[in-house]
Amino acid sequence: MTKNLAALFCGILFGLGLTISQMNNPDKVLAFLDISGNWDASLAFVMGGALITLATLQHFIFKHSQPIFEEKFHVPEKNNPIDKRLIFGAMIFGLGWGLVGFCPGAVLAAFGDGKSEPFIFTLALGAGMMLFNWTEKSK
Amino acid sequence: MNNFTPYSAFLGGSLIGLSAALLMYFNGRIAGISGMMAGAFDFKNCENHWRLFFLGGLILTAVIVNFFAPHGAVTYSRSTYWLIISGLLVGFGTRLGNGCTSGHAVCGMARLSIRSIAATVTFMSIAILIVFITRHLLGISQ
Repeated sequence: MTKNLAALFCGILFGLGLTISQMNNPDKVLAFLDISGNWDASLAFVMGGALITLATLQHFIFKHSQPIFEEKFHVPEKNNPIDKRLIFGAMIFGLGWGLVGFCPGAVLAAFGDGKSEPFIFTLALGAGMMLFNWTEKSK
Repeated sequence: MNNFTPYSAFLGGSLIGLSAALLMYFNGRIAGISGMMAGAFDFKNCENHWRLFFLGGLILTAVIVNFFAPHGAVTYSRSTYWLIISGLLVGFGTRLGNGCTSGHAVCGMARLSIRSIAATVTFMSIAILIVFITRHLLGISQ
């Protein structure tokens, strides 16, 4: 249960970060991706803030032999090879992201204003994941 | 450049980084949202419940923030049709590529994973290209 409460707390922080930075606003994300238009560079500061904070704290966290509520750190090997699946997957994700401006975290932080867009997007996102599982199984 | 908000962007980003750091410190897990979504509904395995709590906390915050600031700035310039196509692509692509903005561009890049750096450069470039094509070549604003 402590693990779940820790995750809940982290989720709340993550949601605050997304709403304060306006990552949950698809039009702002598109304005960031629109480098040849009326460019809004704000989201580069979101990534900068996140990377600086995380990289600094992680430096100390990984000095411990294990996490507080778990036996080990679940971290993939840093030098795993780049393969076609990774690149194709990232291309398909980039295509979808560029069309609307929602990524998986951002869409969840857009819930709550009563609009239907986040619901529709999340349902389609779930369907896309199910489609992936189905293609993997039928191999 | 209009609507440029570097301070709130940096503050929000730092909170995202803090959240990811604490999740690693407490639970030893990477704060990758697409991975959590994929794993969240595997109810047979109790180990997976933390994912629902994280995602629940994220949505809860959005709802509470919206309650106190109801004129939230979330605006959409895309139609339902595009939302469905985009959602399908994002869902499929993040599973095939093992991550999204949070897992690759934040968590992976922060620990200098070469796979995450490659994925981030790829999806960023494609997204920028798509916005250029749709907005400036095709002139689609909807």
